[in-house]
Amino acid sequence: MNLLIRDGLVVDPVALTSRRLDLYLENGKLIAIGAPPDAFKPDQTIDVDGQWIMPGLVDCQARLRDPGQPEKANIESETGAAIKNGITTLCIPPDTQPVIDNSATVELIHHRNEVYGHQARVYPIGALTRGLDGEQLSNMASLKVNGCIAFSNATRPLANNLVQRRAMDYASGQQSLVIIQPLDADLLGDGCAHESAIATRLGLPAIPEAAETAALAKDIELVAQTGARTHFGQLSCARSVDMIRRAKTKGLPITADCAMHQLFLTDHDIGHFDSNKLTLPPLRSQYDRDALRQGIVDGSIDCICSDHQPHEVDAKLRPFPSAEPGISALDTLLALALRLVEEELLPLAELISKLTINPAKILGLEGGRIEIGEPADLIIVDPGIHWICRGTEFISKGKNTAFEGWDLQGQVNYTLVDGKVVYQR
Amino acid sequence: MLNNNIQLDENGKLLHFLSIEGLSQPILTEILDTAESFTSVTDRTIKKVPILRGKTVANLFFEASTRTRSTFELAAQRLSADILSLDVNASATVKGESLLDTIHNLEAMQIDMFVVRHQDSGSAHFFAQHVRPGVSVLNAGDGQHEHPTQAMLDMYTIRHYKKDFSSLRVAIVGDILHSRVARSQIHALNLLNTAEIRVIAPRTLLPVGTESLGVSVYHDLETGLKDVDVVIMLRLQRERMRGALLPSEKEYFRQFGLSQERLQLAKPDAIVMHPGPANRGVEIESSVMDGNQSVILQQVSFGISVRMAVMSMIVGQSGLHSGGEG
Repeated sequence: MNLLIRDGLVVDPVALTSRRLDLYLENGKLIAIGAPPDAFKPDQTIDVDGQWIMPGLVDCQARLRDPGQPEKANIESETGAAIKNGITTLCIPPDTQPVIDNSATVELIHHRNEVYGHQARVYPIGALTRGLDGEQLSNMASLKVNGCIAFSNATRPLANNLVQRRAMDYASGQQSLVIIQPLDADLLGDGCAHESAIATRLGLPAIPEAAETAALAKDIELVAQTGARTHFGQLSCARSVDMIRRAKTKGLPITADCAMHQLFLTDHDIGHFDSNKLTLPPLRSQYDRDALRQGIVDGSIDCICSDHQPHEVDAKLRPFPSAEPGISALDTLLALALRLVEEELLPLAELISKLTINPAKILGLEGGRIEIGEPADLIIVDPGIHWICRGTEFISKGKNTAFEGWDLQGQVNYTLVDGKVVYQR
Repeated sequence: MLNNNIQLDENGKLLHFLSIEGLSQPILTEILDTAESFTSVTDRTIKKVPILRGKTVANLFFEASTRTRSTFELAAQRLSADILSLDVNASATVKGESLLDTIHNLEAMQIDMFVVRHQDSGSAHFFAQHVRPGVSVLNAGDGQHEHPTQAMLDMYTIRHYKKDFSSLRVAIVGDILHSRVARSQIHALNLLNTAEIRVIAPRTLLPVGTESLGVSVYHDLETGLKDVDVVIMLRLQRERMRGALLPSEKEYFRQFGLSQERLQLAKPDAIVMHPGPANRGVEIESSVMDGNQSVILQQVSFGISVRMAVMSMIVGQSGLHSGGEG
């Protein structure tokens, strides 16, 4: 099967260029860029006419709620939302039900994705400790063999520093990546909003910066101690960006991401107790948001994830402190990325690298690049199409957007996984 | 972005009563004036006016309360409403019924007005957003957010004794962090152009950015009390010792308790208030509480007329002049 994708603006997140070129695919692999290989006869031609071709997005943290919470979402619904929105790779944290701490759950996820999925690549992240309970190490070696790409304790910080140190040591010995969302459970308490004048005015139990930064400082020290390659996820504070920057300067093997919504929203957006703006970590100040953006620009923060957390309607239909945190984010990830380009945060190819090659490299995955010999996970994007964000129109089962009514731009016309068209608008 | 007008209609009239924040000085003054017209009703032998005749008010308390709940009941009764009081913790929510289901079930009983107290900040807004048009919500305390009728009865008390807010110094002493009363009082005092609002508390009981509410912050009671006209003491809940917010009740009283001696630092005619229930010997000395500068019991009786005023303004009738027969 030969496929020619003609005359698109090819966004290359490795070379950091955007050039109008033709792409030649054979049996799912990219075999030539620009000039046709000898005797290439396309079976199919997609005429792109200046639309953008980029690698499929690699989302380093998205919850599909499968297994365990079918009322919120499942692999079928969420991979459908992913490929329709240009995301070809999804990494799912271990806090499914049951937890991803055993090979059976890993196999179940793979099986469901094969049978019900829409051909997005789904990679489970294994639990660092059994049941995420922070006491016993999980069987990391077996989990790795079965396909866990990294290990994390999700949003359940380890209470015991000794266990954390050993978990990091052990994972490191398995050449596995550790993913940590820095969080201090005591400082988090029953908090639900960033500690600021806004939480004070609304009387909302507050989450201080230190709930993230105190944990991060300790975590970084444990990286220094163990040498474990560690990725910090969903950062929200300006001080965290600083700490990551300094730790990188010292040569520690760390990387970091933040959620897309943290680059747009602040605690102001809570307005009058809008439970769709309830997130963990919380939406922070404009100062923090700007620092996260600066972290993206200078590379302190390597990638941007969706931190997708689909919910059923009832989970948000409660007073703010009792609602469940998280945003349904697959449907808006690409459009918000393009908005960052529009706002001139970074040129297109550089920004896209934060959602493709960077997470792919950190997690040791294929994809996320447009290179000869690589599997062709590609998306074709019409950047000119405006649409109004309406949660009710989401493909994701979770309609809980924090961007309701936003005027967004850019829509996916084609999604290819392994050179095969898996979505066409 | 901050749409607080859910409690007002397009003509600026009260639809719900959720928070002092977002209201205007004229509305606050109207509440105080209306309450004044009702004070005469509460002093009569037959204490009823027919303003809410045929209406049903449901008291929905998800948190325990004695005085707020009973003054709301009395207020509704004196306006001739039918009143239904529900201790919700003991019934539906324990059985797993969602908040919205509870509300909708009660709506099906043709309730016109909900008086709601709930432990979540923002719950009053939540209820107001989800009741049917024509049904009103009165906030009787939502988490640590607001307790607007308490603040209005405090304003009523202050105006009763001190007349003009623009020359007053008011000190609020104690646990600001957990106090919905303090938040509502601060907004109300600011709207009524109070000359100076001070909050006096240890750092652990002050939320971040308290100054941004429009107050000056003191960590020392003696400095903070100097020359004030009104002292409002807040209740110190005993569980604060367990959360490592304070070392002991004794040490708290030593630093922040209101004694006769310290009250001397305020103006000689200063009044002492407390939203209740007070802990004698923890935040306030018994002799101050029972002393001649204390107006704590008057606050309670004013509470009835203030709540009558708010309820009658919500049904569109401002006080006795439009209330018809007496």
